[in-house]
Amino acid sequence: MPVITYRDALNQALREEMQRDDRVFLMGEEVAVYQGAYKVSKGLLQEFGEMRVVDTPITELGFAGVGVGAAMVGLRPVIEFMTWNFALLAIDQVVNSAAKMLYMSGGQYNMPMVFRGPNGAALQLSAQHSQAWESWLAHIPGLKVVAPGTPYDAKGLLKSAIRDDNPVIVLEGEMLYNTKGEVPDNEEIVIPIGKAELKREGEHASIITHGKMALTAMQVADQLAKQGINIDVVDLRTIRPMDVEAITTSVRKTNRAVVLEEGWEICGVGAQVVDYIQRECFDDLDAPVVRVHQADVPMPYAKNLERAAKPDAAKAIAAVKKVMYLE
Amino acid sequence: MATKVVMEALSPTMEEGRLVKWLKNEGDQVKNGETLAEVETDKAIMELVARGEGVLRKRLLPENEAAPVGQLIGVIAAPDENIDALIGGAAPASAAAAATPAADGKATESGATPVPKAAAQSQGEASTPPQEKVAAPPTTAQPPRPAAPAPAAGGNGGRTRSSPLARRMASESGLDLQAVQGSGPGGRIIKRDVEAAVASGAGGRDSGVGPPAATRTASAEDFRDVALTQIRKTIARRLSESIGPIPTFYLTAEFDMERVAEMRTAMAALGDEFKVSFNDIVLKAVATALAQHPEVNAHWLGDKIRYFNRVHLGMAVAIDDGLITPVIFDADEKRMSEISRESRELAKRARERKLKPEEYTGSTFSVSNLGMFGIDQFTAIINPPEVGILAIGALEEKAVVIDGAVTTRKRMRVTMSCDHRVVDGALGAKFLQTLRRLIENPLMLVY
Repeated sequence: MPVITYRDALNQALREEMQRDDRVFLMGEEVAVYQGAYKVSKGLLQEFGEMRVVDTPITELGFAGVGVGAAMVGLRPVIEFMTWNFALLAIDQVVNSAAKMLYMSGGQYNMPMVFRGPNGAALQLSAQHSQAWESWLAHIPGLKVVAPGTPYDAKGLLKSAIRDDNPVIVLEGEMLYNTKGEVPDNEEIVIPIGKAELKREGEHASIITHGKMALTAMQVADQLAKQGINIDVVDLRTIRPMDVEAITTSVRKTNRAVVLEEGWEICGVGAQVVDYIQRECFDDLDAPVVRVHQADVPMPYAKNLERAAKPDAAKAIAAVKKVMYLE
Repeated sequence: MATKVVMEALSPTMEEGRLVKWLKNEGDQVKNGETLAEVETDKAIMELVARGEGVLRKRLLPENEAAPVGQLIGVIAAPDENIDALIGGAAPASAAAAATPAADGKATESGATPVPKAAAQSQGEASTPPQEKVAAPPTTAQPPRPAAPAPAAGGNGGRTRSSPLARRMASESGLDLQAVQGSGPGGRIIKRDVEAAVASGAGGRDSGVGPPAATRTASAEDFRDVALTQIRKTIARRLSESIGPIPTFYLTAEFDMERVAEMRTAMAALGDEFKVSFNDIVLKAVATALAQHPEVNAHWLGDKIRYFNRVHLGMAVAIDDGLITPVIFDADEKRMSEISRESRELAKRARERKLKPEEYTGSTFSVSNLGMFGIDQFTAIINPPEVGILAIGALEEKAVVIDGAVTTRKRMRVTMSCDHRVVDGALGAKFLQTLRRLIENPLMLVY
């Protein structure tokens, strides 16, 4: 099976969906001539032309709004934000227009569009450019939010996102674009939105996570396995709607849970996961659920401080041992 | 804050209980979990415990009288708290009116005593609604815990800290958490503590001989459900039409007991601690045979048959005014000495009516022995949803022909009642064949 990068997996998804449906088009900063700030759109301008691969000025609110209008008249825009930090400028179109249009129009306007781009911290990009926005976005009824952690999931979820008639947020990662994974080329991959995946299976504890942290969780599983501790890694893949059953099935089995995410603690995605666990699995818990997340500060620029602020494998391992009463 | 004392469902099938004896007087201070009274249920005499703290202000049910489950039989409250509204009709209307000055006079006259807000809230918080107990399935119904002083509480105001999972596991395995030492933070009792306690047999609800409650936690792996095939459905329907709700047939066999008798004599010669009864040996043999024939170790559940991987052997015990079937859990895995001790203890407690619900529910097959009454053979009635019961007759010396010569041998007749919806003739016969092999060659039981 071919091993490709996360970047190429997204590129394949875009190409296949643009070939499949000529209403699909890509729009954003540097997506066409420059082939994408992260080369996700490589070759698309050449294949589909400038009517379907559209460079925009540096006007996030503007081109997000053009995307909403295009979706209203039946096109299926894919709006690329160079990073989700820049998407803050467009948040009114995302939250007030895209997410609300079906509701406000009494069901007259579907919003078959995708907002995508890298989310979360990379390395030393400092406070304004190192933020994970999924809890903001997942808070909004009317949006769907996916956060693939592997090339396979990236391809399958972006394709589903493009085919969905509702606005779907696709959270990628600068640090993910170069990661590699198996992606079959002889079958169509479409991963249903709202389905988590049990990426590792164990009995001692569960890590529930999503996005980039799914990779961290798998490292954690590998390291703990050497110590004889086997854990479930539940990769949510979709944050909204969340696969509660996958969470509860795992926690009922292991009786212990760690919730790992890239973003901040307060009102984070993990808080919602913990709520589902306490509601559905109260009698199954042998220990309080522990969360692992970014420190509650703007991301520091200094390398050592940035490392200290980010969630990582060592912190997650300590959390697993805590819920197992090993430390 | 007042707490109602209600007649609780202390057995899975209890509808009313007779108050045998109050153990607290009006005016006595009571703690949460402390025993208030002894109550006779349809099966046994059980302890009714306080669900709140304070003074037992009122005993509303006299001794020897019965009350339906859910009926208010007492009130626990602070010494000076007004409880007139709680006891409702028991208090004179004028007192109730005086006690609740805010109450509308009309309501008092019409007999609908207004309940002060605080008291109404306290019902929800401090007492267990009896309806929930009734609705609970028998396997989860738990008797109230005796109020043991909490040695493991660790300066925690008498409260035992435990994880929700530990509480659930303890409840499922009949373990008293108060007797378990917690190893988690602040002495919290966690899963591994409960597992260790269950494994060591400590912390049972009875401080005497270890309770014969399940020694392993019940789980879905203990059995497999098999959907009914068309032929099973047809057999079930046709045979039910033919005979009663349980289409029973009977298989009788006569076993040679010479070797059992020899073994028993030889064991007794080794010393008192090796003495076992014929019944103990038969129980052990039945349990062993059931382990080899899970197809008769089953429950008929109407739309499916549940085959058990564990053998929980019910043993019918005659008591003064009836019959009860305490259970030897995991009997196939127990040594003869354990079965002997447990059956003796269960029979004794059954006669004293001290059995707890979890001790007489959950059997997967039953044995009834009337041999001691000199009954040669009889048919026992199946205890549904089980699908078989074995009736044991008396051991007697008989003239039999062996190798062409008449000789005397000790013989015993057993009759197996089989639910034909599940157990067909040949199946029951094979089970008895195995049982015969075990009983006629009792050394196999120690293999």
